Amino acid sequence: MLSPGTRVALFATCINDTMKPSIPIATVKLLERLGCTVVYPSKQTCCGQIMTNTGYYKDAVPTVRNYVDSFGEFDYIVGPSGSCVGSVREQHAMLARWAKDAPLEEAATAVSGRTYELTEFLVDVLGVTDVGAYFPHRVTYHPTCHSMRITKVGDRPMQLLKAVRGIDLVDLPMADQCCGFGGTFSVKNPDVSIAMASDKARHVRSTDAEYLVAGDQACLMNIGGVLHRQRSGIKTIHLAEILASTEEEVWVA
Amino acid sequence: MSAREEILRRVRSATADVNVSDPALDVPVHWRYGQPLSTPDVLADLVEKVEDYKATVVRVSDAEVGAAIVTALRGLDAASVVLPDGLPDEWADAVLDGGLAVHRDDPELSHAELNVIDAVVTTSAVAMADSGTIALDHGPGQGRRALTLLPDRHICVVRADQIVSDVPEGIARLAPALRARRPVTWLSGGSATSDIELSRVEGVHGPRRLWVILVDA
Amino acid sequence: MSPTRERLTPEPPSWLGIPPFPEAVKEALGKAEQRKNLRHATGTIRAKRVARADEVDNWEELRTAAAQIKDRVGRHLDDYLVQAEKAMTDAGVTVHWARDGKEANRIVADIAKAKGVDEVVKIKSMATQEIDLNEALEAEGIAAWETDLAELIVQLGHDLPSHILVPAIHRNRSEVREIFRTEMGTYGTPAPAGVSDNPEELTAAARTHLRDKFLRSKMAVSGGNFIIADTGTLVIVESEGNGRMCLTLPETLVSVVGIEKLLPTIEDLEVFLKLLPRSSTGERMNPYTSFWTGVTPGDGPQDLHVILLDNGRTNVLSDPVGRAALRCIRCSACLNICPVYERVGGHAYGSMYPGPIGAILGPQLRGLEEERDRALPYASTLCGACNDVCPVRIPFTDILVHLRHKVAEYKSSKHPTVEGGIMKGAGWVMSDGKHLASVQVASRAAGKLYRGKWIGPMPVPLAGRWLQARDVEAPPTETFREWWKKNREGGQK
Repeated sequence: MLSPGTRVALFATCINDTMKPSIPIATVKLLERLGCTVVYPSKQTCCGQIMTNTGYYKDAVPTVRNYVDSFGEFDYIVGPSGSCVGSVREQHAMLARWAKDAPLEEAATAVSGRTYELTEFLVDVLGVTDVGAYFPHRVTYHPTCHSMRITKVGDRPMQLLKAVRGIDLVDLPMADQCCGFGGTFSVKNPDVSIAMASDKARHVRSTDAEYLVAGDQACLMNIGGVLHRQRSGIKTIHLAEILASTEEEVWVA
Repeated sequence: MSAREEILRRVRSATADVNVSDPALDVPVHWRYGQPLSTPDVLADLVEKVEDYKATVVRVSDAEVGAAIVTALRGLDAASVVLPDGLPDEWADAVLDGGLAVHRDDPELSHAELNVIDAVVTTSAVAMADSGTIALDHGPGQGRRALTLLPDRHICVVRADQIVSDVPEGIARLAPALRARRPVTWLSGGSATSDIELSRVEGVHGPRRLWVILVDA
Repeated sequence: MSPTRERLTPEPPSWLGIPPFPEAVKEALGKAEQRKNLRHATGTIRAKRVARADEVDNWEELRTAAAQIKDRVGRHLDDYLVQAEKAMTDAGVTVHWARDGKEANRIVADIAKAKGVDEVVKIKSMATQEIDLNEALEAEGIAAWETDLAELIVQLGHDLPSHILVPAIHRNRSEVREIFRTEMGTYGTPAPAGVSDNPEELTAAARTHLRDKFLRSKMAVSGGNFIIADTGTLVIVESEGNGRMCLTLPETLVSVVGIEKLLPTIEDLEVFLKLLPRSSTGERMNPYTSFWTGVTPGDGPQDLHVILLDNGRTNVLSDPVGRAALRCIRCSACLNICPVYERVGGHAYGSMYPGPIGAILGPQLRGLEEERDRALPYASTLCGACNDVCPVRIPFTDILVHLRHKVAEYKSSKHPTVEGGIMKGAGWVMSDGKHLASVQVASRAAGKLYRGKWIGPMPVPLAGRWLQARDVEAPPTETFREWWKKNREGGQK
C-alpha cells in the first residue's frame, strides 16, 4: 500500500489523448479519488507500436527516446491500455538494442519496469479491488489480447469489475478470441479483420449487455464501430470509465 | 563441394554467433529426466487410460492367462491366430485346446498370409500408465513388426511389473533396447483417425481391435 | 517419357496460382461450407488440446525444456548432424544430403529407379510436401500414393492441403464421400457402392483401397518426426497405422528429414512425446509411434535411406531472432488457435505451411523476393494466442514483428513507399508531445465539423478500408492534453 499523495505519472496514450480523452480523464479522477497525485508529463506521445508492429523500427526509436525522457523521473507510470503498456514493456528495449543505443536500452528497460497497466497498478500497487465505483448497467467484458497475453493482467480487471456496485456483469462468449483489430492489420487485411470484428460483435450482442467494456480503446473502437454500424444500441466503455463512475457522478459513455 | 560439405558449411556460417563450444554449457536444459508421476494406483490408471482409447482391458492372475487369451479370441470373433516365438507354451496349448487355427511364424509367413490371419497374441516390453501406452521391443513373444500390424486383432499380455507411471520412466526402460538398435513400437489403443471432421474413428490400417490382458502380480 | 503420357496419380492444383494473402482471403472468406468446417474442427481440437495440457502438472516446465533442447540442437547443428550421420551409417542406413528440394527429389527418384519400382507408398510428411516430391516422381514415371486418410482425401480430390496435421480439415463428410465415390476407382480399389457419409464407412473404404497398395509396394517414402543424433534412431508419430505399414512392409524405405529434426539423445524423447500428441491431436498419446535404428535383419525394410534436407533451413538458422522457428515440431496447435486461420483456412497462405508457423517459417525458408512471402508476416493480428499454446515456446509475435521489419527494410531498399512515408510522418509526430499537439489541431477541427456524430462509410484511401464495415465516433473537440491544461495545471481541481 502506498502512502497518500504518491506521485503517479499518467501515460495517457496517443489514441486516448486524441480520440477518447474521457478515458485518461476518468483515470485521473479515479487515481485522485484513491489518494494519488497525478502528474501528466506533456512531452509524452505514444508507445510507438504502430510503427514497430508495421516493421518501421527506425521511425519507432524516437518514441522510445521520448518515452524515457517523459517518464524517466517517475517511480510509477500508469497507462489505461494493456496494449500500449505491453508495447513499452516488451518492445522498447528491443528497439533501443536494434538502434545499438546501449544507454537508451538501459534507460528503456528501467522505465518500462516502472510502467503499469491501470488494473495492475490498482490491484498490485495500491492493493485495492473495490475502488468504490457504482455503475448500474448490464456489462460484458472483452479481455483484449494484449492485456491478456502480452501485459498479462490476468483476472485483475474482473476482480475490479466484480466489486463495482450495481453492475450486472455477464460473460462474453469466446471472450479470449481476438476482435480482429491488430493495428495496421485492420487496413492491410481489412477482409479478415472485418470477419473477426463482426463475429466479436455477434458474441457481444448475444449477451444482451448495454455496455461492452475493455482495457484498450483501440479494440473498443473496432468492435464499437461494428456495433454502431449495426445500430445494435450497445455502447463501448473503457474500464477506467466504469471504475471512475460513482453514485454521486454516474459515468455516461 | 559435396552437398554434405556445403550444408555443414552453411550451418557453421549460420551459427557463427555461437561462441560456447559445449552444447550443454551453451544451452542448459532445465529438466530432470526420468521422473515418475505420483499416481496412487498405477495399474488402475493404465486400465482407465487404455479403456479411454476404446480398447478392452481384463485383469487376470498368472494362472488364468491362457484361458483369458481364448476368451479374448472368442470375444473378438477370431478363428485364426498367429503366435510369435517365445510365448509361454501353456498359452499356446490353451489356444490350441480352444480349437482355433494356430499359425507360427516359422518359416516366416508372407505378408499376404499374415493379412488373412484374424489375430495375433503377444507379450509386451513396457506399459506407461499415464498415456495408456504399451511398448513392444519385438523381443521374444512379441514377433517381428508385421505380426502385430497385418492381423486385424491384437491381444497383448502386460505383466504388472512392466507397468510404469509415465512416459519418462518408459523411455528409461526402453533405452537399452533402443541403444541395442531394436525396433520399438508404441501402441496407444488400436489404430484411429480423426481426419474427417475431427471425429475419431477407431480402426484404420493397424489392428482395429486391441485387447489387453493385464497380469496382476 | 512422352509429354502426352497420361498421369499416374490425380493432378493437384499449383500453389503458384494463389495470390498474396490479403487478396487470397477474399475467396476463402466467402466459402460458407469451409468456414463452417473450419469453425467446427478448430473449435473441437482447441478444446481437446486444452483439456489434455491441463492434465499435465509440469506442462510449462516441459515446454521450457523442449525449447531448450531444440535451441541446443540448432545452435550446435553441425556437431549433431555429423554425429547423427555416423550413428545412422553404423546402423546400416545410407545417409544422403540435399541442399534443396530438387536435389532431394533427384535422390528419391534415383533410388526408385535403381530398385526398378514405378510406385511408392508415402507416409504423410511436411518435408516431402515442401519439396513437391510427388510431382517430381510423377514426372519420372513413378506414382506416389499418399496413405494418410486426410492426404488421400486431398490427393484424390485434386486438392491442396490446408492444415499441417489434418490436411483435409476444410472438407466435410459429404465432400469426402463424393471424392471417394468419383475418384477411388480410377486409382485402385473403388469405394463400395452406396458408401454413406458416415466417417466409419469412409474410413473403411480407405482401408480397403490402400491395403492392396501396402501389400504390393516395394518402396516407401516417409518424413521423420525426430532423429536421435546419439543413436541414429528415427521416430515417426502417427495415428492410423499407415505409417507402420510403410515402415514395415516394403523392402526399401527412404526418409526425407529436415536437418532441424535432430534430438541429442533417446532420453530427450520423453519431453517431446509428452508434448507433441497433447498439443497436436489433443490426445494423451497418438495411437502408434515407431522407432527404428538402422536395419533389423528379418524385420522391416532391409534397405534404408535417410535424406538430410536443408532447403532454406540454414537461412532460418542464420537469423538469431527468426531461428526459433526451427524449434517447430509440426503439431499445428498454432493453426488451431489462430483466429485468422480459423476464418480463412490454409490455402490463403499460399504454401503447405499455413497459419502462424507458416507466416514465420515460409518467408524465412523462401526469402522475401515474392510479394506473397512479404505479405505473410502481416497475416496476423499479433494477438499472441499462438505463443501460449506452442509446445516449444516459439515467440511467434516477436518473430512476426521482426520479419515485418525485414519486409519494411526490403521494400524501402527498392523504392520509397506510401506506407514508409506514413510511418516516417508518424515517427516525427510521436517523437515529441509538441508535434502531436500540432497535428491534433486537425483532429479537433474534424471533431468540430462532425460534433458528436459518427462517421460512416467514406471512399477515402486506407480509412475507407476501416469504414467499409465500421463507423467511427467523431474525434472530440478537446484533446486530453487540453483538458489537462485547463483543469489541472495551475493547481485547480
